[in-house]
Amino acid sequence: MPNLIVVNRAGDETNIDAREGISVMEAIRDNGFDELLALCGGCCSCATCHVFVDEAWVGVVGAASGDEDDLLDSSDHRGERSRLSCQIMMTAALDGLRVAIAPED
Amino acid sequence: MDSSVSSRADVVIVGAGHGGAQCAIALRQNGFTGTVTIVGREPEFPYERPPLSKDYFAREKAFERLHIRPPAFWAEKNIDFVLSTQVEAVDPLTRQLSLSDGRSLGYGKLVWATGGDPRRLSCAGADLTGVHAVRTRADCDTLMAEIDAGKRDIVVIGGGYIGLEAAAVLSKLGLNVTLLEALPRVLARVAGEELSGFYQQAHRDHGVDLRLNARVECLEGENGQVTAVRLEDGEHIPAEAVIVGIGIVPAVEPLILAGATGGNGVDVDAFCRTSLPDIYAIGDCAAFACDFAGGQVMRVESVQNANDMATCVAKAICGDAKPYKAFPWFWSNQYDLKLQTAGINVGFDETVVRGTPADSAFSVVYLKDRRVVAIDCVNSVKDYVQGRKLVENGIRPDIAKLADVGTPLKELVST
Repeated sequence: MPNLIVVNRAGDETNIDAREGISVMEAIRDNGFDELLALCGGCCSCATCHVFVDEAWVGVVGAASGDEDDLLDSSDHRGERSRLSCQIMMTAALDGLRVAIAPED
Repeated sequence: MDSSVSSRADVVIVGAGHGGAQCAIALRQNGFTGTVTIVGREPEFPYERPPLSKDYFAREKAFERLHIRPPAFWAEKNIDFVLSTQVEAVDPLTRQLSLSDGRSLGYGKLVWATGGDPRRLSCAGADLTGVHAVRTRADCDTLMAEIDAGKRDIVVIGGGYIGLEAAAVLSKLGLNVTLLEALPRVLARVAGEELSGFYQQAHRDHGVDLRLNARVECLEGENGQVTAVRLEDGEHIPAEAVIVGIGIVPAVEPLILAGATGGNGVDVDAFCRTSLPDIYAIGDCAAFACDFAGGQVMRVESVQNANDMATCVAKAICGDAKPYKAFPWFWSNQYDLKLQTAGINVGFDETVVRGTPADSAFSVVYLKDRRVVAIDCVNSVKDYVQGRKLVENGIRPDIAKLADVGTPLKELVST
């Protein structure tokens, strides 16, 4: 199972197993983190699952586009590495991905 | 009730939906160390309800993926559950709840987060087998099992969001879907005519037989199973299954009987407090004076409202009481149409359409006294994000610019 490294808002880092075929948002939520609201459940209708992708992974994960890109503009914390975690699907290629949960808006 | 669950908790949350779950989560996040028990009517741990009329219904998502938190999370956070159980009575003097299993549960603070029951048809035939609501996982599973068993002719009664979303899923499955709306347009309670007209056309384009001004006389059946819907004008529409999506009735009877003020739901003040001591109410069942609707007392049926009221109450219980002022937003997915709304359009006196509905990408801006009070955006996420700012800031924009889809809404924020 691919490994996912999650940095919470306090800066603590945790290694979790993230099943292929679910989103990074679901992996984070299913592993007991309570900082992601993910209110729309992953249908790209809100921006409450905002994460920052680690510098080294930006090229692999890719940038936000379309609706996701527009939704991220609603966050005061948007940066170049911002993504909505519901829009990143876990695959073997993302084994070792590191993301940090963005501050609350 | 599980005998391992104690007979009193410092905070008892009644309702295991979005509001109840978030209240428990936020209590722990804000450092609450007392005992917390959630009483839920369904057998499930808290799950997301919106997918019941969308991707869970369409079987694009397994139930486990709907859990708001994994079951193990609740144990880790020391949140107790009493599931498959209803609260039948509240005694605010002794602070005791009477449960449907005959036991009592005491509380220090009570958070009422029960949502509502699907409104039922009052006509003959409403109890026939094959007549469904879409409110719980069980509702959804029963209906889908009937479709698996070969039912093809489905009648949806009610052109609100639930009915429209269900119709979209069912028509995509290739079923014969008839949608009956008693009023002259769908979404009449929540949207302006432009949005109603657009969705009526979209459903017809997808093969839904959508009828307006269609009043149901009764449901007909054979051997207890629904077979048809009869309209007031005498028309007889064959139906192997019927979905009733005509709103909810707030589940507040025990609170009202206990003396809480209410009528349409239970009344709460700016801090989500009911008129009874140490009893809060949140989400679909709570009526409050909404700042975003000119102070009108109303209930708001949305995940956003349930979630944000829950957080407000959790903070209050933890000693950080602030009035509830969260910004209202909502979404609905039908076919390939992503609708997002911001604000509440109650009392609007003017609408401005940006873009072309025929292109399936447009927005409807609602104004009251020339101020933007709400915006409905179809496949127009930019307008949604930027339009929120117009609502939040009560902007009075230049109408010609507002109507010009080439002018980004963010350029109007400072006007």
